[in-house]
Amino acid sequence: MKKLLLGDQAIAQGALDAGLSGVYAYPGTPSTEITEYIQLWHRSHPDTYVHDRWCTNEKTAMEAALGMSFAGKRALVCMKHVGMNVCADAFVNSAVTGVNGGLVVLAADDPSMHSSQNEQDSRFYGKFALIPILEPSNQQECYDMMAYAFDLSERLRLPVLMRIVTRLAHSRAVVNIADSARPQNALSDPADAAGWVLLPVRARRKYSELTAAQPTLQEASAGSPFNKASKEPKASKAVIAAGIGYNYLMENYPDGAPFPVLKVSQYPLPVDAIRALASQSDELLVIEDGQPFIEEQLLGLLPIKTVIHGRLDGTLPRTGELNPDNVKAALGLASAQTFAPSATVVGRPPALCQGCGHRSVYEALNRVLADFPSSRVFGDIGCYTLGALPPYQALHSCVDMGASITMAKGAADAGIFPAIAVIGDSTFTHSGMTGLLDAVNENSPITIIISDNLTTGMTGGQDSAGTNKFEAICRGIGVADEHLKVVVPLPANMDEITRIIREEIAYKGVSVIIPRRECIQTLARHTRQKKQQS
Amino acid sequence: MKTDIILAGVGGQGILSIATIIGQAALDQGLYIKQAEVHGMSQRGGDVQSNLRISSNPIHSDLIALGTADVIIAMEPMEALRYQPYLGKDGWVITATSPFVNIPNYPDIQAINAALDSLPHVVHIDIESLAKANKMPKAANMILLGAAADALGMDFELLRQAIRTVFAAKGDAIVDMNLQALTIGRENKG
Repeated sequence: MKKLLLGDQAIAQGALDAGLSGVYAYPGTPSTEITEYIQLWHRSHPDTYVHDRWCTNEKTAMEAALGMSFAGKRALVCMKHVGMNVCADAFVNSAVTGVNGGLVVLAADDPSMHSSQNEQDSRFYGKFALIPILEPSNQQECYDMMAYAFDLSERLRLPVLMRIVTRLAHSRAVVNIADSARPQNALSDPADAAGWVLLPVRARRKYSELTAAQPTLQEASAGSPFNKASKEPKASKAVIAAGIGYNYLMENYPDGAPFPVLKVSQYPLPVDAIRALASQSDELLVIEDGQPFIEEQLLGLLPIKTVIHGRLDGTLPRTGELNPDNVKAALGLASAQTFAPSATVVGRPPALCQGCGHRSVYEALNRVLADFPSSRVFGDIGCYTLGALPPYQALHSCVDMGASITMAKGAADAGIFPAIAVIGDSTFTHSGMTGLLDAVNENSPITIIISDNLTTGMTGGQDSAGTNKFEAICRGIGVADEHLKVVVPLPANMDEITRIIREEIAYKGVSVIIPRRECIQTLARHTRQKKQQS
Repeated sequence: MKTDIILAGVGGQGILSIATIIGQAALDQGLYIKQAEVHGMSQRGGDVQSNLRISSNPIHSDLIALGTADVIIAMEPMEALRYQPYLGKDGWVITATSPFVNIPNYPDIQAINAALDSLPHVVHIDIESLAKANKMPKAANMILLGAAADALGMDFELLRQAIRTVFAAKGDAIVDMNLQALTIGRENKG
């Protein structure tokens, strides 16, 4: 059967067809559509049990998936690249416990930072954890690799990391899919029950086993159907093209490249194939999206005979995603003639929607803080980060999920007053709650605004883990009732909102203000759905 | 055959629906397609584009190279102009004429049109007025697609069939409105 699928959707379909029992994820561009596809699929398969509810953050997702694997079933964890940082503790240790049911960790990297704060390359995490990494080059491989990845995971008894990039996640192509799905695994006990309790004495044994398994991983790469070497004779250059980089190479040589090419889609690097390639040419060009992961491994520290070109020597740009043009230039091919960019065109940055509740929050905050020139506002990750741009220019920081509260606390510790945190509802439950506890325990003089739009807005309106629970959560953590205020962020309520912000700034302890109004995007969607139903 | 299309607009203007119809028509012909989209933060009122590639041979790159696009279809004139470095030297630009002004420094519309008119093949079409006059405000993007049909080199009947397939679930009235919009666009492209 053929289907037109985004790379993300091909992964989801591939996982379902491979006997998936559960997907665990927190929304994050460009990975969100994997879980959404499984949720949509589930509606037409209500009798099949597949876990598909959103998790509170990537760490809870990773751990729950490991629990499902422990029970013998196949589980998929999906996240954007920076989610790997959040789940890293569980991720790295899952390589030490090993798996029972197949466990695939999907990291969607975002070179060029279309929707992100950095360009970190998740392949380093795979190498760090000593597990196999798969890197599909197109949508068909996204699909095919899922069954392969689960089988590999169960055969090696290790989690498998699959790494994609934005352009593959969010690009559609026709994919051949199976007519039927493999049955889900039955419940089973792990073979090495003691190895799941990582007391130092057992962890040392497991870690030795993990390092001892590395030659087997190397053999798996050498025999991988997704790594392939072309049979071209010796030439003045040879190319290693990884993942999506292979597409940009082949775009220029639709009938085959006139020099030796090694396509890499499975790691650890297939060492023998690379040595064979190096014997065919004195110059190697490495085309890889993200950071120079392969290139650095080839270079080492000491002089070698082979000249290596890539992102480190400037043949490809050091930052930003690969594209047909920078790969063309790296191959020494001429670009097409172009019309120069028009000087008339100006930038059109994204902006908060008209009518969005975050707008009223920033409007109120700016009015109050005009009287406090020493104030600093610590922002967080979400639509409301756009409050940093005109017309509001209201934020002094945006670093990572949850950092608003803890940075405001640290700044207040250092003497900044007023120190304000602005965080969204979903980001607060993702990583803000623990920071709030730190602040409460020291009664830090900070004002925290949890701008609650009842959804995970920036990724398209997914369920938010804490909806209807925020007052209870804040009280439970220890925020005093009289400094826990809820307002409706509408222009008509500006006087009330500004008054409350002023009062809470004046209080020299932890205050939480919750402006609450549904995201206008999800509101429009819900209104439409209601209309259709009636 | 190979057609590389850039669809441009502002987040929320409906460029992906245009891509869906062209993609469906290409699939019905058994062609290969690749369609790179923009999801995430830029959808919030920022500039968005989609690279749509159609070919009788397998397609490798998800993205279109500079200077090689056959057609730029834009829901907004400045967004049409933004992608001119991608336009091939004989390429076509099909653009809506109404500016979408959500930034304080939106350039002079005369300057935008003059710059567009320096390109080899440009079709300006006032889809907003046409949609209003024909009482189909939600089908403005299909009017634009109709205006682009000839430049795409696609059989018009295939586009009509694709509209029937894609909008089938929404009922006959919606299908008919979008078919009519397609025809209006083709007949009013000047």
